[in-house]
Amino acid sequence: MAQIGETRRELALDCFLLAGRIMMESGAETYRVEDTMIRMAVSQNMVNSHCFVTPTGIMFSPSEELATRFVRINNRSTDLERVALVNSVSRNLVSGEYTLQQAYDEMLMIDQTNYRSSIWVQTLAASVASACFFILLGGSWINLPFAFVIGGIGFIIVEKILEETRVKIFAEFIGAFVIGILASLAVYSGIATNLDTLIIGSIMPLVPGLLITNAVRDLMAGHFVSGLSKGAEAFLTAFAIGAGIALVISF
Amino acid sequence: MNWPLEALLSFLAAGAFGVIFNAPRRTLVSCGLVGMSGWLIYRSFFLIFEDSVQASFAGAFAVSIVAHLLAKKFRMPMIIFSIAGIIPLVPGSKAYNAMRNIVENNYLEAIAFASEALMISGAVAMGLVFAEVMMQLFFKRQAKRIQRKMGLTQE
Repeated sequence: MAQIGETRRELALDCFLLAGRIMMESGAETYRVEDTMIRMAVSQNMVNSHCFVTPTGIMFSPSEELATRFVRINNRSTDLERVALVNSVSRNLVSGEYTLQQAYDEMLMIDQTNYRSSIWVQTLAASVASACFFILLGGSWINLPFAFVIGGIGFIIVEKILEETRVKIFAEFIGAFVIGILASLAVYSGIATNLDTLIIGSIMPLVPGLLITNAVRDLMAGHFVSGLSKGAEAFLTAFAIGAGIALVISF
Repeated sequence: MNWPLEALLSFLAAGAFGVIFNAPRRTLVSCGLVGMSGWLIYRSFFLIFEDSVQASFAGAFAVSIVAHLLAKKFRMPMIIFSIAGIIPLVPGSKAYNAMRNIVENNYLEAIAFASEALMISGAVAMGLVFAEVMMQLFFKRQAKRIQRKMGLTQE
């Protein structure tokens, strides 16, 4: 291993861990995070490095004689734009287009910028998705506005409660509960028909699709710790949604 | 069934999921295309074989292949494209029916729905993994062939 100076090595470690943290917080797969960090490390002459990524923390050991570093990952959400940006920065670093300092500055900027579109745009998207699924699953055109409105309301309630409390299972439970109440009200007051399709279409934006996909891909890639914990997260979400709806239809 | 309408709706739904997951703006149309191909393949398999497990496998396989190709083209992680496409294949209605039957004390029917939902999610997962392994084999072989053509291998 070629010797590199102390400050440069610290900068390199900060850069790798920052990249790993951003990717993990934004919902990338574990094996991709490990792969990215190892590639960046190899490009900086740290050939014997090891890293261990779990959904709640990243450990990185540059070599046998140097100290191992650790970062904690607190909140995870889905933000694919950040994953793509960090990926392109790491590609540029590996191919030699960026220097280490440039890459680190770029990562810091990605970490501090908010790339999410506003909550209203996301709600609109959730409404559109609910309405589309409602028709795809065999709902009738007359009831389309209900799916549109209820899906949007459910999504925004989950996001708002998540912002306030940071307890995901509670937010999803309340969101599914409200969706169930609204759909039942619409059907039993006689304006809408087809309760089942209405509820299924409206809860589609809450389905933990990303978690399920990631859990399976991590398990298949041999990352059992992260695969199982992401699977548990997906199961909890599904359970919360199911319980919220079950509470409504049991009356 | 109405093919153009289903194509449009699944395109819109997958694109909307792209917005929710905050996929980069220039990939939104591609996300929609992935969702559309997955759903259309799922539906056509379902109409031919009338078995939603096989159909889900085929749909997930298609999603994964298209997502891989797009990821190569855009030079971005594949996950950006595959997630929005997988969502329409998630067995939401089966899971809902299972839970509804549990609440109404029809445990036998609930077990039937729940095991079907489990089979479908397993099939989706297998479809994703199979497609990924095959694409990796294909690209590895292709890379080797190009290297040999350019005389870069040390054989």
